[in-house]
Amino acid sequence: MKYKSQKVAYWFFALSMLLFGLQLVYGFIMGFAHAGYDGLHDVIPFNTAKAVHLNLLVVWLLSGFMGAAYYIIPEEAQRELVSVKLAYVQLISLALVGVAAIVGFHFNIWEGRKFLEIPRGLDYLVVVNVLLFLGLILVTLFKGKRQTTTALVLSMGLLFAALLYLPGMLPFDSQVTDSFFRWWVVHLWVEGVWELIMGGILSFLLIKLTGVDREVIEKWLYVIVGLTFLSGVLGTGHHYYYIGVNKIWLIVGGIFSALEPLAFLAMALFAVNMYRKGEKKHPNKLALYWTLGAAIVSFVGAGLLGFAHTLPQTNLYTHGTLVTAMHGHLAFWGAYAMIVLAIISYSLPNMTGRKLYDSSMGRMAFWLSNIGMIGMTVAFGVAGVAQVYLERKFGRDFMEVQLEIEIHFIVLILCATLFSTGIVLYMIDFYRHGTPNDEALVAKE
Amino acid sequence: MLSKKQARAFFLGGTLVTFLIFIGLTVYSLSGEQDQTNEENLTAEVVRGKEIWETNNCMGCHTLLGEGGYYAPELTKVIDRLNFKYNDNGEEVIKGILMSKVPWQPNGRQMVAYGMTEGEAKDVIAFFKWIGEIDLNGFGEVVGVDRKISPLAKDKINN
Repeated sequence: MKYKSQKVAYWFFALSMLLFGLQLVYGFIMGFAHAGYDGLHDVIPFNTAKAVHLNLLVVWLLSGFMGAAYYIIPEEAQRELVSVKLAYVQLISLALVGVAAIVGFHFNIWEGRKFLEIPRGLDYLVVVNVLLFLGLILVTLFKGKRQTTTALVLSMGLLFAALLYLPGMLPFDSQVTDSFFRWWVVHLWVEGVWELIMGGILSFLLIKLTGVDREVIEKWLYVIVGLTFLSGVLGTGHHYYYIGVNKIWLIVGGIFSALEPLAFLAMALFAVNMYRKGEKKHPNKLALYWTLGAAIVSFVGAGLLGFAHTLPQTNLYTHGTLVTAMHGHLAFWGAYAMIVLAIISYSLPNMTGRKLYDSSMGRMAFWLSNIGMIGMTVAFGVAGVAQVYLERKFGRDFMEVQLEIEIHFIVLILCATLFSTGIVLYMIDFYRHGTPNDEALVAKE
Repeated sequence: MLSKKQARAFFLGGTLVTFLIFIGLTVYSLSGEQDQTNEENLTAEVVRGKEIWETNNCMGCHTLLGEGGYYAPELTKVIDRLNFKYNDNGEEVIKGILMSKVPWQPNGRQMVAYGMTEGEAKDVIAFFKWIGEIDLNGFGEVVGVDRKISPLAKDKINN
């Protein structure tokens, strides 16, 4: 760690860990309900568990991205953060808004729009919180000694993510228009600007871990984020096939979303090649595992599994089934959860001064969580494909089919247990590092 | 070999062009002539139904237009399907479920008991009716009654 203010990142990461743990609990509640054990129905019905599971995901990832920015931006801009105090204010308000939203979901206080369940009143607080965050990051960046491509791409991703939250706040009477603009937020986040954030973090990590020249890495970063937008923006059309808008989206969405895996493929090839090319072998092996893992698993989860049901001819039958949950889990895990875990693994020893670069616990955390998540993806996939055939092709009743596929949720729960064991190990490793301190400061370049 | 400057131009240029096309297509597909939703039928009742749909997070379990929770049935064309199953009493069945004070639990999977008033239930039904008439580019047939005319369903009808 080169700047004292980078320590703020630690507390954002700690918040991430806490919320991530809680997200898993609600995931289990849903898994058990699908398998036929909904004993908590009176206290936490499925729609509550679902809203909590999704929103905790969004909030812990955002907290992770923000932590990443607070760590990366001072180092890239070569100056302290403009205000550490305000950064803590922002952290506490983020936690409060997140907790208020989650508690509200248990009392029927929500907007009832998937991924954007946070009620309108709290939406405004989210906007204020994010503006404060962006202010701190952008002022630090532009007051800094240099504005690197890595820092610019990361900040641009964060800025666009904030702007794109706004279309989700527009009120519409028509369910179709409502849904149309809901995807402006959700799709353009996860298949657009969040990839800029991921690309920025990935580029920072590769520069640090492989020692490859910054100019080379950043050139390819531009190509990757270029491919992302080129395919991802018009790829939004794959959400518009069957929601009551013009057929033109079948063509536009079909072609461009079929190109979306290219951006992820490029990212995976880029990360692996830079690793091979690099002469410097950084001792932080765990950070390297998570960094390369994120690039590769995101290609499989977001790229390949997304492609598997993105063509209109397939999507006609898979739309609104568990096939989507299959893709969703591995995509979010690979692209966003793993990149956050990568930046945590890299920065934690630097902030706390405890150089626990490689440990069997850390490796177990990586392998168990990944194997568990792949198992979960397969379970969702089998359940989803069975659902498509029985319900959509053979016309059997929804609930009859759900009973047929219950067994796959038992498998899902077993794999989720493996996954959660990995995450718990990761958290123990996080805790073992202790808290950040100024003794961990190293001489500036 | 590609330079960093060219790479940046590719990123900025590509982004700008695709965004402009995207906005153009959005304006085009949301324009009046392209309407597939029968917007003129969007009555106050339907809008109230949508509000009830949202304030209770029905999408947390059900799907509508294929979007939602995957835990409970798709509700696009639900009235048609229930009419088919319950001798044209679909609306009454829905009313019963929404007004019930005890959880409706077909095949053991429970729904929250909302205990709605008759007026609220009627609003939700109006919302479902409006949804059911939207032209969904073929998805309506996949989840509608037509899918019942599959080999398996035919046996059921003949019996």
